[in-house]
Amino acid sequence: MTQAQDLEQGAPGAESEPHEGTGASNKTLKYGSPAHPARIKGLFTGLWVTLRTMLSRSQVVQYPHVKETPHPRARGVIGLQEENCTVCMLCARECPDWCIYIEGHQEKRPPRHEGGKPRQVNILNRFDIDYALCMYCGICVDVCPFDALHWSPEYEYSELGISDLLHDKDRLGEWDSTKPKLPAYEAGSTMKAPK
Amino acid sequence: MDWVALLIKILVIAVLVPVSAMITGFAFLKILAHMQSRLGPMEAGRFHGWAQLLADGLKFIQKEDIIPTNADRWVFALAPGVVLMSVVLVFITIPFSPVLEVVNLDSQIFVFLAVSSIGAIGVLMAGWSSANKYSLIGGFRAAGQLIAYELPLVLAVVGVVMQAGTMSLQGIVSAQSQFELFGTGIVVPYFVPQILGFVIFIVACQAELAQAPFDMPFAESELVSGFATEYSGFRYLFFFMAEFASNFALAAIAATLFLGGYWIPFVSPEMLKYIGPFVLAVKIALLVFIFLWLRSTYPRLREDQLQRFAWMYLIPLSLVNIALTGVFKVVTV
Repeated sequence: MTQAQDLEQGAPGAESEPHEGTGASNKTLKYGSPAHPARIKGLFTGLWVTLRTMLSRSQVVQYPHVKETPHPRARGVIGLQEENCTVCMLCARECPDWCIYIEGHQEKRPPRHEGGKPRQVNILNRFDIDYALCMYCGICVDVCPFDALHWSPEYEYSELGISDLLHDKDRLGEWDSTKPKLPAYEAGSTMKAPK
Repeated sequence: MDWVALLIKILVIAVLVPVSAMITGFAFLKILAHMQSRLGPMEAGRFHGWAQLLADGLKFIQKEDIIPTNADRWVFALAPGVVLMSVVLVFITIPFSPVLEVVNLDSQIFVFLAVSSIGAIGVLMAGWSSANKYSLIGGFRAAGQLIAYELPLVLAVVGVVMQAGTMSLQGIVSAQSQFELFGTGIVVPYFVPQILGFVIFIVACQAELAQAPFDMPFAESELVSGFATEYSGFRYLFFFMAEFASNFALAAIAATLFLGGYWIPFVSPEMLKYIGPFVLAVKIALLVFIFLWLRSTYPRLREDQLQRFAWMYLIPLSLVNIALTGVFKVVTV
C-alpha cells in the first residue's frame, strides 16, 4: 500500500519525532505514517480507553444535591480568630490586591503588676476581607505573627452581588471555627503555657 | 385511498425526523458525557435529564431569528431548510419492515446516495450567504469534505450492490437473508463478506456527518462554529436536527446494507412484518453508538490530512474492495 506516504508531511516537527520501537521491519515506515503499527494500535487503545471510562463510574457528583467533603486542609476561605489579632496591619500591607480592611483603636488597661504603668492594647473595630478581590494567595495567613488568620475548607459563600462578597469579622470568625484542628504535639514536647 | 396513505406517510416521517434527532441527540449527550467521566444532563425532566432536548428545542424556538445585515437574506434563510430536507429525503428511503416503507424503488440505494448529497448544497449556501469569514471557510471545508467522502461511500455501496445483485434496499435485505458463508449453511449479513466495505462506509459516514475526527467544517476552536456561526433560533435548530437525524438515517442505511436491516435469523417473514422495525432500531442503536464512540475518542484531523486520507487511502481501498467482491462473486457462482 502507500507506505511511503506520510500524513504529517506538512508539519515541520514530524520528521524529528522519535521512532518508537515497534519492530525493525518498519524501517521504511515513518512514525508519522497512518499505516504505522503503533498508530493503528493507538486507534484501538483510544477506543478501549473511552469504552472503559464509559463503563466505570463517572467522577462527578451532582453538586447541589450531593456535596463533596473537601480535604480538611483545602484552601476554601480565610477565617479570622479575632482574639489573636493585634491590629498590626501586616496582613493588610502584604496583601497583593489590598482586599483586607482593618480599623482599630487603642485603649488603656489596668497594669499587670501593682504600681505599674497602665497597659496599652489595640482593639479591633473592623476586619473585612473583600472576597471579590481576594486571589487566595494566602500571604496574609503566612505573615500573621499571632496566627489570627487560618485557611478553612468552607467553600459555599457565593453571593448574588459582587458587593456582597465583602465579609466582616463576624463572618470570618464563623469560618474560623471550621478550620482543621491542629495535630497533637509530639510526645515529649510541651505546649507553650498561655499567659 | 392513495392520498390517505400519502398523508399518513408524510405524518410519520414528519414525526420520525425530529423524534429520531432528539433520541440520537440525547444519546450523543449522554454517551459523550460518560466517555468523559461526566454525567451529562441530569436535571431537565427529573429522571436523568430525559427532557433536556425538549427544553433545548423550546429554547431555540423562543430565540430571536437574527439575519446579519450583509447576509444574502434569501439564501441565508433557505439554507437550513435545504439541509434538513436532504435528511428528510434520506428517511424516505429507509425500509423498516417488508411492508413498512415510504417508497419501494428498484434503484432505492441510488436515490439515497443522490438525496444525501443535497445537504452539501445547503451547507455551501449557508457558508456563502452568511457574510462571515468563518462561515465561508467552514462552508468550503464542508463542501470539499462531503465531495471527498461521497466517493468512498458510493464505492463501498457498490460492493454491496454487486454482492446482492440489486439496487433495491428490500432486495439487498432479502439477499442478505439468503447469503450463506462459503456454502457452509451459516447465514450471515454482509458485514462479514464486505468487512472492508463496512469499515469504509462507517468512516465515510463519520465524515459525511462532519463528526470528530472529521469535524473541520465546524472546528469550534478555530472556526467558531463553521457554516452555522451566524445562525440562531429555529434556523440553528434545523441544522442541529439535521445533524442528529442524519446520524440516525445513515446508521439506518448502514444497518440495512451491512447488518441485514430489519431481518434477523430464525424468524418467519410473517413475524418480520411486526418485529422488523424493532430489529432495525436495535441495529441503528448499535451503529449510532459506534459513530458516537468514534466521535468521542479521536481528535480532529487537519484539513490536508482529511483530504489525503480520503483520496489516497479510502478511495483506493474501496476500489480494491470492489475488485475483491467481483472476484469473489465470479469464483463462488
